[in-house]
Amino acid sequence: MTTTTDNYGDQTYTGSGTPLEGEEVVLAFDDVDVRFRTEFGSVHAVKGVDLRVRPGEVVALVGESGSGKSVTSMTAMRLLPSNARIGGAVNVAGKDVGRLSERNMRRLRGNDVAMVFQEPMTALNPVLTIATQMIESMELHAVARGQAAHDRAVELLGMVGIPEPERQMKKYPHELSGGQRQRVVIAMAISCDPKVIIADEPTTALDVTVQADILDLLRSLKDKLNTGILLITHNMGVVADMADRVAVMFKGEIVERGTVEEVLLRPQHEYTRMLLGSVPRMGAGRGQMGIRVREEVDAQAPMAIELRNLVIEYQRLGKPPFRAVDDVSFDVRKGEIVGLVGESGSGKSTIGRCALGLIPAASGDFKLLGEDVISMNRGQLKSLRKRIGVIFQDPAASLNPRLPIGDCIAEPLVVHKVGDRKSRQQRVYDLLEAVQLPREVYNRYPHEVSGGQRQRICVARALTLDPELLVADEPTSALDVSVQARVLKIFAELQDQFGFACLFISHDLAVIDLLAHKVVVLQNGKVVEAGPREQIMENPQEEYTQRLIAAAPVPDPIEQERRRRERHELLLAQGEEIAELQVDDISEFRGTISDEKDTF
Amino acid sequence: MSDRPTPPGDDRPDQDLPRTPGSGREGLSPVPYQQDKAAPQDPDRMDDVTDRADGAGADGDATTYSVEKPLDLSQKSYSQGQLVRRRFLRHRGAMVSLAGLVVITVFAFSSIGYGWFPGWWEKEYWRGGLVLDQGRPTLELWPPALGEHPFGQDNAGKDYFALTMRGTQRSLIVAFTVGLLSTIIGTIIGAVAGFYRGWIEAILMRITDLFIVIPALVLAAVFGKMANGGIWPLAFLLSVIGWTGLARLVRGEVLSLREREFVAAAEAIGTGSGRIIFKHILPNTVGTIIVSATLAIAATILTESALSFLGWGVRAPDTSLGLLISTYQNSFQSRPWLFWWPGMIILAIALAVNFLGDGLRDAFDPRQNRTAD
Repeated sequence: MTTTTDNYGDQTYTGSGTPLEGEEVVLAFDDVDVRFRTEFGSVHAVKGVDLRVRPGEVVALVGESGSGKSVTSMTAMRLLPSNARIGGAVNVAGKDVGRLSERNMRRLRGNDVAMVFQEPMTALNPVLTIATQMIESMELHAVARGQAAHDRAVELLGMVGIPEPERQMKKYPHELSGGQRQRVVIAMAISCDPKVIIADEPTTALDVTVQADILDLLRSLKDKLNTGILLITHNMGVVADMADRVAVMFKGEIVERGTVEEVLLRPQHEYTRMLLGSVPRMGAGRGQMGIRVREEVDAQAPMAIELRNLVIEYQRLGKPPFRAVDDVSFDVRKGEIVGLVGESGSGKSTIGRCALGLIPAASGDFKLLGEDVISMNRGQLKSLRKRIGVIFQDPAASLNPRLPIGDCIAEPLVVHKVGDRKSRQQRVYDLLEAVQLPREVYNRYPHEVSGGQRQRICVARALTLDPELLVADEPTSALDVSVQARVLKIFAELQDQFGFACLFISHDLAVIDLLAHKVVVLQNGKVVEAGPREQIMENPQEEYTQRLIAAAPVPDPIEQERRRRERHELLLAQGEEIAELQVDDISEFRGTISDEKDTF
Repeated sequence: MSDRPTPPGDDRPDQDLPRTPGSGREGLSPVPYQQDKAAPQDPDRMDDVTDRADGAGADGDATTYSVEKPLDLSQKSYSQGQLVRRRFLRHRGAMVSLAGLVVITVFAFSSIGYGWFPGWWEKEYWRGGLVLDQGRPTLELWPPALGEHPFGQDNAGKDYFALTMRGTQRSLIVAFTVGLLSTIIGTIIGAVAGFYRGWIEAILMRITDLFIVIPALVLAAVFGKMANGGIWPLAFLLSVIGWTGLARLVRGEVLSLREREFVAAAEAIGTGSGRIIFKHILPNTVGTIIVSATLAIAATILTESALSFLGWGVRAPDTSLGLLISTYQNSFQSRPWLFWWPGMIILAIALAVNFLGDGLRDAFDPRQNRTAD
């Protein structure tokens, strides 16, 4: 294969801050090229990627889905499926990964290079205790054995900030919270003192406050242990918070690289600019990305949702019912967008489902469009549902794969027996135009269009019957940022045009900041704080809201550093701890490693 | 623009690109970890970072450098049904089996006729005659000739070809009736139990358990005597005991499908339960249902043979493949053709239907797209 090294003389391509010849590097990709042979020809996933990671440095590999960033990182672990053809060389801690035998490769994994995965629940084996899994990797690599391994595991759990580590050792993964599980995964990753850690979307599955803690932990880890970190992420805020250097990937190529300030503040490549331009920023408020929302809401407008002391309970077998929503009250006026914010388990989706009549309320008043839902029978509920639209999170799951798109959008018309065949078709065409899709998709199937287009189809379906209220449950969480920007824009335009009330459920404060008129912050099923957007976003009163807003990262390294400091001050003021690697003496931590540790 | 890198592309020609979507040969998600699993890889869009002009196709302005796959409307659209049919037609085993099954069916019904419909074989299956040459088959493979009694004759001089064809008719009727009826019963019971859950599910599934714990053969034996040799009561009886497995399978699938968001979305727009079950849920379980139906057909042919063999199924002078075998089991040593002809046809039907089931399962399974290895 012809190499492309000729291009690398170009300074912008190489990017400043790249390690020079002779400098110590723990992870190096040299012209890595990956193709997957499939039954239907080969797919070129990575096209000549060069990247170097120094010890104690965080290099972020950024890109949207399908950009090849995960595939690139997997070449370092040599964990790609057997139909991959890999070109170029990957060098981990001075060893050429392509030339190692499988036996030595097994020694390398975990020992020199460790991995932190996206979803800690699936990265940990659900049927083994934390202790078994912690000790396993240490015994495999002969770092420590028996009681020594157990002691070291306890020490490691303590280091990553898990309270009462001795007790947690006996637990199973499902007994820990998401953040704790990710800490366990990190503890396992550093147990053999690797030279480089590959963190593949390590915080994507976590709540924003937990994400900030895990990032703090990873930062102190690289400072104290001098480990190199290859951070793979799509979140520009995480990049700004963590990275020293950044490489932006697009369709298998690195299109831009440089120090974090260079790339995020002075992006050169148009893709990077577009990517950064699509990220809604915390604190920037309205008008970003050309998204405009009609600000004035008629204060006398009739209520679309009136909630008074709503309680929703899930029945559990042999246990008292679980109270998912506890004493929640708020209103949504017609023409108003109310953002329902909260972390996972806060009950925000439960309220949304209750508003759709999918879950019954245990007690309290729930008036939808002026009618009392709780005392309704089926017929009344059906006629009420005609006036409510819904958008769900996952566009792949919320469209019936066996129905053509036109039928999906026309379904509400058919169910409520509105119009005839011809008028329904016309209505679908109008809606497709409203969400900027061509008419030709009418006869296509959901699998033929991409995620963002599918979500636009969901928006169209929600608007089929001209609803007075729209419930949007995390409508953009499953989308890439550039796609999200487009969907949000269409959404805002349609809201302006049709003037429906909207209950907008999201965990992303920046999106809420962009769209909502009023914000309701939920925690553990209770309302923490509610009020107009400006008040909540700019001057939050409650500690939880303050922590939540402080934890959301912004894609600007200087601004983010200030926000991080402010967050730490806030945490200290509220009597909380800042997550960091709790180790006093690194040589002591290293000293407990047995002399028999794998070397080869 | 000058600071943009020259992408490494010209010197690495991509010879073997994935097929365009809609061509019927696309893979679902050849790249691991690709989030949008349903988006097929499009070579024209995938490989050119610099060629920005082609991104702005049907989708308007913002698609430049977008990861969103531009809609390709130039290609013909294929529905799920068309894709399934295409995959099915490419399954060699299933195609051969289908041809075999069609040949057997056409032969069985056209040769001796059915009801008032006359056949081209003039001998009657119930009419005895003179036993010629100890009833040996007169079928010659080369030069091809049927002769007087291609499959030979039985003890009473009845034409064995006519008998076997009659038996095949009966067996096929029983098998396909049971395949259809038990599938309908099982699907409905499974879907209702899975969709409504609660006490409805509890009752339906306990009834299912009841049918499972009673040995089917014993039940069939008791009621088979009552059916008194009639073929329709026998088919009905076998359907009534044959639906349990499918009911449990369908219930399991419905339980998981009803938690999907498209069902919640349908519920939220006010769709009735019946429409949700039949329009939204069951079409998504059709793979399981069809495969289970083919397996039921194969199993029924064997059960019917077993029952007739034991004397509880079809009675003389009518006949079925199982009955033929049981009648002439003692002639196996002396006149093996009396055993082999019906036996081979049972085997052929059962195999063909099983292969058909395999083909259908592969056709309906989206994970069909294996990697080339």
